[in-house]
Amino acid sequence: MGKLQAIKRDETAEPVRLSDRAEENLQFIRETIERSTHFTAVPGYGGALMGVTAIVATYIAAQQIYLRDWLIVWLTEAFLAFAIGLLAMWQKSKIAKTSLFSVPARKFAFGFLPPLFCGVAITLGLWRFEHYDMMAPVWMLLYGAAVVTGGAFSVRIVPVMGWMFMAIGAAAFALPASFGNILMGASFGLLHIVFGLIIARRYGG
Amino acid sequence: MAKNLAIKNNGESQPLRVEKAAGQVSESLDKLIHDRTRLGMISALAANEKMSFSDLKNLLNASDGNISVHARKLEDAGYVTCEKSFRGRTPLTEYSITADGRVALEQYLNHMEALIAAMRNV
Repeated sequence: MGKLQAIKRDETAEPVRLSDRAEENLQFIRETIERSTHFTAVPGYGGALMGVTAIVATYIAAQQIYLRDWLIVWLTEAFLAFAIGLLAMWQKSKIAKTSLFSVPARKFAFGFLPPLFCGVAITLGLWRFEHYDMMAPVWMLLYGAAVVTGGAFSVRIVPVMGWMFMAIGAAAFALPASFGNILMGASFGLLHIVFGLIIARRYGG
Repeated sequence: MAKNLAIKNNGESQPLRVEKAAGQVSESLDKLIHDRTRLGMISALAANEKMSFSDLKNLLNASDGNISVHARKLEDAGYVTCEKSFRGRTPLTEYSITADGRVALEQYLNHMEALIAAMRNV
């Protein structure tokens, strides 16, 4: 036979005010909406354009004799791609009438920026000790990690692209250093073009 | 019976005024979406064009049965529509909010705000 247990009532507990309950309901609605929305301003066409500039950078970088010049080419490309990405995101969010400072956008940024910051710091370290060969794999791995972590708050296809960057980055460590430049073209160039066009087609530009 | 419910003040006591305001809001409140799971579902669908059954389930941390029952209630009220298809070989159930559902959510938000305003004016 089951035991009966008296329900204890906390007689001293304050009754919940109606307005508190109403505010709690509004808060619940706000939080549900925030959690259910993704950052959809990841630029598709902008990403594809970043890919095109990376292909050009791959070609120019391959012509360089000195590693220092090779580094300058890729750093220039990084700044250019960053500017294209920002501009395209701003444009896409404007068309979609969403804010670049919304909760999903901020989550994307907070996920995306830490691995990118590590990439900058490690690049400075590698430059200081003249380990140029290590740069390409590190860039692909950390950019991939940034896309995966930021992409967790975006549409599903974004983290997939990040994982592919990481796979190519890991492969670059296993292959001879001479493959570094071509793999940069394959990842920053081709992956950006392919995934950029998919995002543009499926997620509105 | 409650005695000495309130001290009379300008003909109508404060707690009575609050009860009246709360009562009015409560009467016109849409009980269908007042339920937490249904409120969560309709709020999420208002912010997204479509959401799959599993997305709603994960978002609201609810069981299959729970989502299914509440979705049916919202569907019967004409607040959401359900679309069944296949993604590859896997069945896919997607929900979207209707115009009536959007109006119901807006009214619910207005009710909550009215209730907060009424209590603040006490």
